[in-house]
Amino acid sequence: MSLFILKRLALLLAMLVGLLAITFTVSHVAPGDPASLAAGPDASPQMVQQIRQEFGLDRPLVEQLWIYVRGVVQGNLGHSVRTNHQVLDDLLTFFPATFELVTVAMLIAILLGLPLGVLAAVRQNGWVDHLARIVSVSGVAIPMFWLGIMLQLIVALTLGWLPLGGRLGLMTDPPATITGLYLVDSLLHGDGGAFVDAARHIILPAMALSLPALASIMRVNRAEMIEALGQDYIVNARAQGIAPWRTVAVYALKNAMLPTLAIIGLRYGWMLGGTVLIESVFDWPGIGLYATQSAIAQDFQPIMGVTLLIGINFMLVNLIVDLAYGLLDPRARAAA
Amino acid sequence: MAAPDRPLDAAAFDEAWWQRHGPKIRQMRIYWHTYRRSASAMLGLGIVGIFLAVAAAGPALVPYPEDAIGAVHMAQKLLSPSAAHWFGTDEVGDDIFTRVVVGTRLSLLIALIITGVATLIGVPLGIFAGYRGGWLRELIMRVTDVFLSVPALVLAIAIVAALGPGIVNAMIALSLVWWPGYVRLIESKTLTLKNESYVAAARLSGASTARIVFSHILPNCLSPILVKASMDMGMAILGAASLGFIGVGAQAPTPEWGAMISIGRNYLPIWWWYVTFPGLAIFLTVLGFNLVGDGLRDVFDPRSRGR
Repeated sequence: MSLFILKRLALLLAMLVGLLAITFTVSHVAPGDPASLAAGPDASPQMVQQIRQEFGLDRPLVEQLWIYVRGVVQGNLGHSVRTNHQVLDDLLTFFPATFELVTVAMLIAILLGLPLGVLAAVRQNGWVDHLARIVSVSGVAIPMFWLGIMLQLIVALTLGWLPLGGRLGLMTDPPATITGLYLVDSLLHGDGGAFVDAARHIILPAMALSLPALASIMRVNRAEMIEALGQDYIVNARAQGIAPWRTVAVYALKNAMLPTLAIIGLRYGWMLGGTVLIESVFDWPGIGLYATQSAIAQDFQPIMGVTLLIGINFMLVNLIVDLAYGLLDPRARAAA
Repeated sequence: MAAPDRPLDAAAFDEAWWQRHGPKIRQMRIYWHTYRRSASAMLGLGIVGIFLAVAAAGPALVPYPEDAIGAVHMAQKLLSPSAAHWFGTDEVGDDIFTRVVVGTRLSLLIALIITGVATLIGVPLGIFAGYRGGWLRELIMRVTDVFLSVPALVLAIAIVAALGPGIVNAMIALSLVWWPGYVRLIESKTLTLKNESYVAAARLSGASTARIVFSHILPNCLSPILVKASMDMGMAILGAASLGFIGVGAQAPTPEWGAMISIGRNYLPIWWWYVTFPGLAIFLTVLGFNLVGDGLRDVFDPRSRGR
């Protein structure tokens, strides 16, 4: 098992270097001159030249790549022209909001997707199954940002049940930072009002973000459950008189969980991509909103930072999924 | 076969032709028969058919063609849906129905180009990596892995940000991040096919690599490519609309669905039709292509049926 983990970690490092090479290529092969962009529109040619030297932009590409990688390892992700902060500082400020949103969305997707998938498989062609089928085909086809806007239109603007956007209302003070997650911090401080307000703000964006993941978790889990329920050991368990809920929830679900786990890992990554859209819709101050605002301002150091951070996150989640696979399935351990 | 000096009589010709093409035609009929039985697949085909027709007829169908290219009628701005303006009008008085219909051609074209470029890059790389193996395979697959380790949308935004916003750059960016999926799919398919006995037989009888690839490997890769391409048409439409929505893709007054929603959301909740109809158009096209993809997969891979 420890060899398995070591191998995975080595692979992770190699992937990171590859990702760095991609972001480097994107930002250095781009037609715009980063030096004149950084210097601003009124800069004299001398100032541009000075900046070029300062950032090492006049050196050969390979040397620049080396400088870049060394910088990233030391935590230097560059500088945002738009916010005038170090990119790393900005990312640390904005990431907790994104993490909170994605986590809540994933919880919704799993907590609804799994039971729906199981029910649909147990009662094939029943009404839950029909509902599940409709959700699973439309859930991945609805443009996520449009779903978010429709939720805003109906639930927030027309019915007035939930707030339109942001993380907290104007009247609520954010809880003092411990984890940066408002839901957690407000509970740790015992601030019930802030918790309720934060929860009310996160519901709509999390729902919009969770739908595609919910749809595919449900779909995969349903298919795997149907397959598992047709196996001999289930027939055997039934024949032995084991309670029906137990055959389904323990015997079958355990075996259906592995592929479901894989899709959860994959969907987590897509969700990180989706936050870019959802955060723009709901003015959610996370790294997604940071990335889009930087993209519009053509300020690309921050975007490279966000790309790296999301890539690292996705890789870590895949690593965790792989490790869980190894723990749950001896065959996967042997294969690795 | 008839000797060349004698005129080929029609019956013999038919028979020869049927012997040559019959199995393929029969296979197609079986495919069609299986496909037709699925209601959702037929629904998808219907939706895609309608949108293709709309894309082809495009400007000829619409009541106010000049509204698609940025005409301004301030007197009729933000009118609600009516007989004259089925989907209402936008903030400069353009007919939203016109813009959604004309936008269909644009969206389908973008998706076709992205999917096409991705296939053209990904499939040869996948076959090459799978068939040849060696260090080149390692290199191709590791690069593919790295690309797949970041959500495509995020990488596309990064590339557009570097290239500068615009519809062409958005298309380039999405094409650049779309191919790795094909490499992974085709590489594993090629690895399986390589070990099939008919490939071994072809190799033993002296067939060149090119012949094996083009007459044995590639034809057998067609069905997974078709399934993935159909799904990807939908996903590429979503991707392009997302970039348009963020503001780095198509720019106003181009009638692009995502860009329309991006402007329209400033006019909520009173002028709700502005965001609603372009969104419905995206939803329906993506749904159509996904259902067709599902249907095709059920036809080509019967084991997956009902999944």
